[in-house]
Amino acid sequence: MSKDIVLLNKEPFIRMVKRDSITTVKAWFIRMIAVILALIVAALVIVAITKQNPIEVYLGMIDGAVGSKRRLWVTIREILAMLCIAVGLTPAFKMKFWNIGAEGQILMGGTAAAAFMIYFSDKLPSGILLIVIIIVSSIAGLIWGIIPAFFKAYFNTNETLFTLMLNYVAMQIVTFCIVFWENPTGSNTVGIINSATKAGWFPSLFGNVYGLNVVLVLLLTTAIAIYMKYSKHGYEISVVGESEFTAEYAGINVKKVILRTMMVSGAICGFAGSLIVSGASHTISTSTAGGRGFTAIIVAWMAKFNPIAMILVSALLIFMQQGSVQIATQFGLNENASDIITGIIIFFLIGCEFFINYQVELRKKSKEGK
Amino acid sequence: MEQVNAIELKHVTKRFGEVTANDNVSLTLKKGEILSILGENGSGKTTLMNMLSGIYFPDEGEIRINGNAVTIRSPKDSFSLGIGMIHQHFKLINILTAAENIILGLPGEKKIKMPQVVEEINALTRKYGFDLNPMQKIYDMSVSQKQTVEIIKVLYRGADILILDEPTAVLTPHETTKLFQVLKNMKEDGKSIIIITHKLNEVLELSDRISVLRKGTYINTVETKDATVESLTEMMVGEKVSLDIKRTKPTNQKKRIEVCNINCRNKEGLPVLTDASFIAYSGEILGVAGISGSGQKELLESIAGLQKLESGQIFYHTPEETIEDLTKLSADVIKEKGVRLAFVPEDRLGMGLVGSMDLTDNMMIRSYKDGRSFLVDRKKPRKLASKIVEQLKVVTPKLETPVRRLSGGNVQKVLVGREIALNPTVLMVAYPVRGLDINSSYTIYNLLNEEKKKGHAVICVIEDLDVLLELCDRILVLNSGKITGVVDARSTNKEELGLLMTGTGEEKHKDE
Repeated sequence: MSKDIVLLNKEPFIRMVKRDSITTVKAWFIRMIAVILALIVAALVIVAITKQNPIEVYLGMIDGAVGSKRRLWVTIREILAMLCIAVGLTPAFKMKFWNIGAEGQILMGGTAAAAFMIYFSDKLPSGILLIVIIIVSSIAGLIWGIIPAFFKAYFNTNETLFTLMLNYVAMQIVTFCIVFWENPTGSNTVGIINSATKAGWFPSLFGNVYGLNVVLVLLLTTAIAIYMKYSKHGYEISVVGESEFTAEYAGINVKKVILRTMMVSGAICGFAGSLIVSGASHTISTSTAGGRGFTAIIVAWMAKFNPIAMILVSALLIFMQQGSVQIATQFGLNENASDIITGIIIFFLIGCEFFINYQVELRKKSKEGK
Repeated sequence: MEQVNAIELKHVTKRFGEVTANDNVSLTLKKGEILSILGENGSGKTTLMNMLSGIYFPDEGEIRINGNAVTIRSPKDSFSLGIGMIHQHFKLINILTAAENIILGLPGEKKIKMPQVVEEINALTRKYGFDLNPMQKIYDMSVSQKQTVEIIKVLYRGADILILDEPTAVLTPHETTKLFQVLKNMKEDGKSIIIITHKLNEVLELSDRISVLRKGTYINTVETKDATVESLTEMMVGEKVSLDIKRTKPTNQKKRIEVCNINCRNKEGLPVLTDASFIAYSGEILGVAGISGSGQKELLESIAGLQKLESGQIFYHTPEETIEDLTKLSADVIKEKGVRLAFVPEDRLGMGLVGSMDLTDNMMIRSYKDGRSFLVDRKKPRKLASKIVEQLKVVTPKLETPVRRLSGGNVQKVLVGREIALNPTVLMVAYPVRGLDINSSYTIYNLLNEEKKKGHAVICVIEDLDVLLELCDRILVLNSGKITGVVDARSTNKEELGLLMTGTGEEKHKDE
């Protein structure tokens, strides 16, 4: 027994204490530290692999992301696509509807856009064609969003599995379409659609190829920010997300809200599909979404579903991604090297949330001192 | 010779962020005594005990068990020191038997010798006068039987210091008496017992000494024989409190809510309300009594349009003497019909309010649909929120604070305030003072009385029979989903209510 007590008579060395609240400044300070730590760790990895001066490597990254006007605009284009998807996921996630089907919704939107570009390029004037493309791609995403919502609302199916599986269905549909759209025949790819006429392409705006992308996505971001914060729909979404019992008590038709919100969410992701196909790549393949539907979840989550913060988070992530693609080529590494660096940064950014919520306390000096 | 104390707490402090839950508390439990720890909600009773049971770790201070300084880092440490805690919420596995639950997690041989275990359990129950069949499954048990299992669980593990957190909250008067007898038997056997409660009468009946906590600080310890209800209240609250509820005669009574033969089932398909019929009148407070889980929740939710009915009807008699059929209407349809029905549900943060939202947004739950605009109007809710904060003295840093951060009493004031602001003709409240301190409780009672004076119908579910008898005009008693009686609160007594609550006065088991 006495041995027990000796054993017990030790305070734990480290304890985690949940923070009551934290000032915004302090929280951002912790996040800054996380970014710096991530850069240091990434530098160590780089040194280990490339034996290069890490500062040079980071300069290479900056160069890769914003080094020339073209690179800068490619980075912006990618930021916009990421932002658009993250904004689209926001209503669903705010409602605690775990929509991990953005990939599929993007693909469906992209497929619809590609289809209209191919089949209607000579039937509709280009201005109208573009509007039609945006509308049908949104509708395609909407349909892909409302299917799991319907089953969730009426049969309480698990939306995570449902949306995930629909991603694969969407991929199969794209593969199927490629068979018909192959160009040139036998290449098993669609190639650049309407490369000569540019029908259905986003036109240049303010003298820039991606000007329209900027305008549309920023408008959408503002609209969703207002929708979530100041509209009755946004209020209903938050209540349903917090507690379905409270929602029923408040007289909210929960089923209706689930369906409506997933329509909005899916439609925006579908629109992101047209943004990628019509507004950037001008082609379609199974990798059109390219994992962005998943990365956008991280973006939305790290931004705490604040659409304005999402601009910053997606900018940071895309900057790193584009930069690491550059260093991969510059130093002769393969593409996975850029994934490693992105991975390290995401790891630190997500990890630091723990320190924002919890405080670490070390064991105090021994009590004899008192 | 100096007697060794079972537990000694010296200058124990525990903080959660900016909140100090226990501030420099020193306390002793003598061997073989029953010590009551008394204090209002939020006074730090449970936190203090959780440090003894290894759930929290103190920031400062020393704990001595049987004279030795110890560090309790986990519930396992606590067990090995002979401390057994019986929590308010039971931690039992429903599909296992009592005996299986009792030996769960204990080290031992690979093969469990069940007959031997059962024999040991029976020996314990005989010794202290429990009433338990070790082979009965938990889901077949009443609340008081489950509590018995919890107590035997810690005794079986050899605990000689028992801590009970609000053990009587879920018991009927008869069961409480039985529990107290058992506790006294254990004391005779040399066990040391701490009981946490805020029911003064029980404290005076059971314990040897009483320690009082207020707002996290230790106030005093008194011998029970020197204490009275008044002196203890004063110690708990810090000032003299008048404990009277001014009950007026009901006036101008008219039918308001008429419930006819309603039946409904819970999610598992078991009947929770069977052929329930009653009438609530305007200008009166109708109390609802019953052991917890007897269908109180479903009764109120049926009227509020939140419960699916199998059969039966619910009518609302308007003040203009027309009749609205509310049967099978949902909450929003009832509201659209212009029926001003207010409902304070039992689960305040899970149903009545949204914990992560601030006061203003919580006010909006009832009114956000008003107006045709696509956008919400936050001006009126904000005004209402600040009015409620002012009138009901809600303690909150600011209106933008999430309600989850408020203390239980303030949460309830926000909720009741919002519901009364609807100017309802029918006000239904479930457990309105659960977890509230004495002052807040009396604020709520007064609010209910005012609604009654305004000629509104008030239906309230309250667990404390003393309060029901003092506050209500009539009391409806539920027993396993059946209404066993509606009695006049002025002429009935606790014994009669107790008999109605348990049916025949004997415990009934569900035999499905």
